[in-house]
Amino acid sequence: MGLFNNNFKNKWQLFTRNGLIIAFLLLFAAATIFPIYFMIISSFGDPVEAGAMSYSILPSKISFESYKFFFDFSPHTYSWLLNSLIVAAVTMVSNVFFATLAGYAFSKIDFKGSKVLFAVLLGSMMIPYQVTQVPLYILIVNIFDLQNTYTALIAPSLVTVYNIFLVKQFMSNIPKEIIEASKMEGCSQPKLFFYIILPLSKTVMAVMAILTFMESWNTFFWPFLVTNTMDMQTIQVGLKNFRFANTTYFAPMMAGATISAVPMFILFFSLQRYFLEGVTVGAVKG
Amino acid sequence: MNQTLPTKRRLKIKGDSVWGYAFIATALVVFSLFTAYPVISAFIISLQEYRPLGSTYVGLENFKESFASELFWKAIKNTAVYTILTVPVNIFLAFIVSIFILPFKKRTQTVFKAVYYLPAVASGVALAVVWLWIFDPLQSGIFNQLISLFGISNQNWLGSSSTSMFSLVLMSWLSSHGTSIIIFVAALLGIDKSYYEAADIDGANFFQKLWFIVIPFLKPTTLFLLVTGVIGSFQVFQNAYLMTGGGPDHATTMVGLLIFNNAFTYFEFGQAAAQSLVLALIIAIISFIQFKFFGNDVEY
Repeated sequence: MGLFNNNFKNKWQLFTRNGLIIAFLLLFAAATIFPIYFMIISSFGDPVEAGAMSYSILPSKISFESYKFFFDFSPHTYSWLLNSLIVAAVTMVSNVFFATLAGYAFSKIDFKGSKVLFAVLLGSMMIPYQVTQVPLYILIVNIFDLQNTYTALIAPSLVTVYNIFLVKQFMSNIPKEIIEASKMEGCSQPKLFFYIILPLSKTVMAVMAILTFMESWNTFFWPFLVTNTMDMQTIQVGLKNFRFANTTYFAPMMAGATISAVPMFILFFSLQRYFLEGVTVGAVKG
Repeated sequence: MNQTLPTKRRLKIKGDSVWGYAFIATALVVFSLFTAYPVISAFIISLQEYRPLGSTYVGLENFKESFASELFWKAIKNTAVYTILTVPVNIFLAFIVSIFILPFKKRTQTVFKAVYYLPAVASGVALAVVWLWIFDPLQSGIFNQLISLFGISNQNWLGSSSTSMFSLVLMSWLSSHGTSIIIFVAALLGIDKSYYEAADIDGANFFQKLWFIVIPFLKPTTLFLLVTGVIGSFQVFQNAYLMTGGGPDHATTMVGLLIFNNAFTYFEFGQAAAQSLVLALIIAIISFIQFKFFGNDVEY
């Protein structure tokens, strides 16, 4: 028997207790997903100015006019989506490759200074984002003169410390014997990495790919800082611009928000297992 | 033969070493360029009056100015209030939900976990846009409709300095707790059944089991969530930036937002760098205290 007592004399008691618990869980779930429900439902409304209208939490009609309104807002709306896609995809591929490589090295290869270097990397995760924000901006914009380029959007997150940590954490489960045996057979490190380690690390790579893609797709401040023309902006920055330009257009704003969020929902529902797994892989023994 | 083998092995280890450096090379370059250099640079900039062409050294002037500024203290106070109101409550909510998820089958657990996690997948900007309308100050706003059921009159949620901070806190309470819930559930499932069985033999009830078994076992997990939660919360400012702009009357100006504004609205890079270092110091001290007070018997 576990934490909960399941030995009720009366079946109805068990039934009532579980019913109450389920009711609580459902209520809390409703409260958490309400904003998303509200966003999607409202996005099908007509693109009229708010004020005259009142919002309802039940769908009254389904119209795609608001989506059209959002896409017509700027000639670059499609570029926002494309830019987000490009940035997220490149960041994802580069993180998966380089973080796996580095995580493997930190976890399984003995080289001088590896412990110290890894400690430095871990320690850097404690530094608040605000500290690096200003100098990073100066570096990218003033020194490298990269404002408004894909390089500026992508370069700082080519490989993140968190991902390296994730991989190292995961690889500690790969037995050292496998690696030693392959070395005995005369397998060189690159061969070992590509033919033995990579196939064994599919899970962590999938987790990392998904989380990195999502992080990159959803990020707002950095693209907001380093882009200054509409055609280079990402969907999140575009959505913010749209909001400030159309403060009273309720339904189109919800349509925009839905457009920015829906790709991630699709990703989440199709690869849910990896999302949920990713949370625990990263948290074990923080 | 006997002599060649060790040499060969040594060579191989040496070869490994080279591959080790090769494998971390890219990561190291990215880290040095985009994290290590900026951190060092932040210290230098904080001592300067920054100008793109030739900055002037001003010593600790930026720090002095920050500490003399009322707004800086107010921002720290706001951040602290926000953290105290959100982090413990959010952890508590996640804990309750995780306990209640536990008696159900694995599939049911997964469904609930997924539902609670879902809002974390949506972008912060999208959620901010939606919440702005939920907080609509007109009669027709969702929250105003809701509280009118209880006979409370219209609130100007984000627009009034008395409710704006509370509105951001409320938003945090009702946002995704999926990550914490998943971590808690994983920890709960890690508790060996024999503890409960022993407690059952002693005739312990549900609350006694909760108090004497579950809570001590979850201490490391809770500490982890507390420390990461506080660190995260001290840096939070996206919602304040997008929803209130720090207003009204700076009631929601967080340290993160103040630094952002100093840097990218007023281009006072020196000031911003100084304040960011103070923020880093505060975070470090708080994390240290948390480990000191709550982490006595926690092993990492």
